[in-house]
Amino acid sequence: MTLLKDSGLAVGPGMRLPISGATTLLFAALIASGFLFPNHFALATQILVLMIFALSYDLLQGHAGIVSLGHAVFLGLGAYSSAILARAGLTDPLLGLAVGAAVPALIALVLSPIVVRGNDFTRLLVTLGVASLVYEAANRLRDLTGGADGLSDFEVAPLLGLFAFDFEGRTGFIYALATFFLVYLALWRVTNSPFGMALRGIRENARRMPAIGSPVARHLAVAYLLSGAVAGIAGALLAQTSRFASLDMLGFERSAEIVMVVTLGGNGHLAGVGIGAAAFGVVKDALSTVSPRYWQLGLGIVLMASVFLARGGIGGIIERLSRRRQP
Amino acid sequence: MNSSLRSALRAAICGLALAVGLSPGAAPAADDKLRIGVILPLSGVFSNEGRQYEQGIAAYQKLHGKTVAGLSVEIITRDDQGPGSGDLARRLTQELILREKVDAIIGYSFTPNAMSTASLLSEAKRPAIIVNAATSIITERSPYFVRVSWTLPQSAATLGDWAAKNGIKTVYTMVSDYAPGIDAETWFTKAFVAGGGKVAGSVRTPITSMEYAPYLQRVIEAKPDALFAFNPGGDVSVAFMKATRERNLAGAGIKLLVTGDVVEDNSLPLIGDGLDGVISAHHYQLGIATAENERFIKAYKDIAGADATPNFRAVQAYDAMDLLYKAVVKTGGKTDAEGLLAAMKGMTLASPRGAITIDAQTRDIVQDVYIRRGEKIDGRWQNRSFDTYKAVADPGKTPR
Amino acid sequence: MSNVIAIIMDGVAYGMLLFLSAVGLSVTLGLMRFINLAHGAFAMGGGYLAVVLVDAGLPFLLSLPIVFLAIGAAGIAIERAGIRHLYRRTALEQVLFSIGLALALGALANLVFGPQQQAIQIPSLLSGRVTVLGLEIARYRLFLIGMGAATAITLVCLFEYTLFGARIRAAVDNRRAAEGIGIQVERLFAVTFGLGAGLAGLGGALSVEMLGLDPAFALKYLTILLMVVAIGGAGSIAGSLQAALVLGTVDALFKYFLPEAGGFVIFGLLVAVLLVRPSGLRGRAA
Repeated sequence: MTLLKDSGLAVGPGMRLPISGATTLLFAALIASGFLFPNHFALATQILVLMIFALSYDLLQGHAGIVSLGHAVFLGLGAYSSAILARAGLTDPLLGLAVGAAVPALIALVLSPIVVRGNDFTRLLVTLGVASLVYEAANRLRDLTGGADGLSDFEVAPLLGLFAFDFEGRTGFIYALATFFLVYLALWRVTNSPFGMALRGIRENARRMPAIGSPVARHLAVAYLLSGAVAGIAGALLAQTSRFASLDMLGFERSAEIVMVVTLGGNGHLAGVGIGAAAFGVVKDALSTVSPRYWQLGLGIVLMASVFLARGGIGGIIERLSRRRQP
Repeated sequence: MNSSLRSALRAAICGLALAVGLSPGAAPAADDKLRIGVILPLSGVFSNEGRQYEQGIAAYQKLHGKTVAGLSVEIITRDDQGPGSGDLARRLTQELILREKVDAIIGYSFTPNAMSTASLLSEAKRPAIIVNAATSIITERSPYFVRVSWTLPQSAATLGDWAAKNGIKTVYTMVSDYAPGIDAETWFTKAFVAGGGKVAGSVRTPITSMEYAPYLQRVIEAKPDALFAFNPGGDVSVAFMKATRERNLAGAGIKLLVTGDVVEDNSLPLIGDGLDGVISAHHYQLGIATAENERFIKAYKDIAGADATPNFRAVQAYDAMDLLYKAVVKTGGKTDAEGLLAAMKGMTLASPRGAITIDAQTRDIVQDVYIRRGEKIDGRWQNRSFDTYKAVADPGKTPR
Repeated sequence: MSNVIAIIMDGVAYGMLLFLSAVGLSVTLGLMRFINLAHGAFAMGGGYLAVVLVDAGLPFLLSLPIVFLAIGAAGIAIERAGIRHLYRRTALEQVLFSIGLALALGALANLVFGPQQQAIQIPSLLSGRVTVLGLEIARYRLFLIGMGAATAITLVCLFEYTLFGARIRAAVDNRRAAEGIGIQVERLFAVTFGLGAGLAGLGGALSVEMLGLDPAFALKYLTILLMVVAIGGAGSIAGSLQAALVLGTVDALFKYFLPEAGGFVIFGLLVAVLLVRPSGLRGRAA
């Protein structure tokens, strides 16, 4: 833990440490899960991917207040980029991760001006439309994307040239875990920087920000770029650890799911969103194991109840608990 | 719990990096059980398909019991939620092998879900019997795949050949715009053109399209002898078939040719008189007159209710169980992967659809393909077989 | 030329079906500012109820008003039980609740009716084709066009020219003032929500013949309904009608003249309209 504290301190004086109680708990639980459930590496890895994806979307919805029903586009582009790269023979996972981050980041930058217009409802529908167009394009580019069959005929080289991706998913889990920590700390730093404050300013009152000299469009473009890059990292991780990339990774279901996950976790609360995503993944898996046919009934009830029982999401609960502890 | 604690301790000692090197292995449990992992779409848009497979499996167990070769059979079912979740199908497969120690997998309704698990099955060395996924190449992706269902080229190429030999000179093709649709278009056209036919035009429709009237108008104006169509089944195919009736394709002198899954037995009451005169190629219809089929239908109705209708999916799941049971009998109750695979290769089964064989080289299915015509028999719409292509292998396999 | 007119008529009929299913969503979203992603689930409920009623021997046409009233009543019950607490919550919380409701209702339908497709027996009066002014058209499509037009006119009259409509508009514009002059806003909102749900149920019942019905219906058609509302402008009856007809006919014409455009058409249309007019064709400026 001291290591984590050190990296938190390195951010500089005057900033709050990222190591709140909730964060410590989250990090410890993640590391422990690997030891406690050695047969659950695959599930844990996919949950970590969901967590990274949720953090990326939280930057938009939670911090900048820009909602989207098309965020999976960046997840899918990250997955495809790394898979296509690997198919071309460049199988190093870290290279795949880098390219998987770069491609969606660029696309996000291009798309940012058109997806921030109008009110929330307009944004949801514009992003839905743009994402559907990308989906259709990927479906048409069969030679590149494998179409509806997906891409599965690629190898992933050992991590750092040392650790092969094993069938149990151990390497994949540790790889995803390390990536999650780095992403988390990087996003903590970003959201607590002046830039992060400016984003929050935009969320609270987008009209007033220019008046105080804040370049709203540029800030949003950078937020989109970062968010796209992180979502792409999640996608590349997903493709590499499951050795598969497919259309649905940029499809509507995943976009809608991540809106739910971030709302459940608590907008703009990093630890809350991380825990929320983990909880969502665990609950969904548990319910669908118990009842493969009717698990959506349980999930639906959980979602409805959460609106009343967990105002402000899990982040809200964390805030209330910590406030009660230190009034 | 004990073993978790022990491994936690071990992992803590070895440290994070070292832990990477340690693999507990995933040997199947050696006891008197046959564990079968079943992966099907049980929730969402395709849960209807999932239910058919489940009931096919249940029907088999009703007839043949829950023990085989001295082993008690345990079935562990998981939901892969449909075609849009290859990564989930892969994880479920891994978990069934690693955690539940299954001896074999039965499942995969959709091609991407089967494809995503290929490398995993090869590494884990566990056989998987494909219950539907119909793209040709799947079985070449892992030597642990065995397919007991069908391949799209099997139906489409057979139908193309039949059309060319039965006085149809020109055909318009209309397929859903996704990988299986392209497969269907390609293989039908290949066989039809090889037989001397000509393609008058072709159109690809969005996979979820429910409105076919404008497309059919195009077809009618092109005046082909026949329209060949493929779409993904379920509500989409019902909507398509209804539209051909509404647009009166037959009245315009255009025959309708479809792969059999478009007019599967379960949806015939919904399609209604849209089925009149429709020619299809398929490996199963209710009316097949074999003792095995009679027994199967009776067992199915005992499970699912007297009004329920089984379709080819239930038959495929039934046969998957039969293949596995027979293989275990042949190995004398041994459930190791190599033994099971060796037993399955070349095996012939008396399926409700007629005799089927697992090709020893390709591990893919060889079966009769029926040419059927939609007719009203005893007040019910049915596909009546009037021609049979015997022992059709998958034309999509690359010759070795 | 007559072919093109036939294509357009097909598109209009399809658009009317979209309008009937989407207009209730536009009402609750535009007037009450409630994002109801369970709207498709209400439509699904209407579909199942119609199937059950017709199976029990009730004529299809008679089942329609019953479906409207029953699903409307169910909507009011759900509004009273849960949704009324969410009007002042954030849009995302409304999304979370209503999508949860839709998931639960879909699974419930699966539990009760099974996952298979349902069929509905429509009267012979509505099946087959008929020639009108030299144009051959399916009777059911003609019926849909009639139903859509009648519904649109009724709703416009209701909101523009009745006391109920005036009260609703007052309550939406300034809730406190409306309450001050004695309008019972709570009851008004419950009734309006019920109206939206009833319309969804009606749309669902009319959809079964053309779109089929299964437990996935609740979410399958949600995106296209949202698109109609967004393109038309939330809260505008005429806007929803316009958007649904444009979507239906443009889709049909592209399918006929340029089928290669495929799935790009409707989403391209959606993005194009919203980029030019972020509040939709007839929406109030944001």
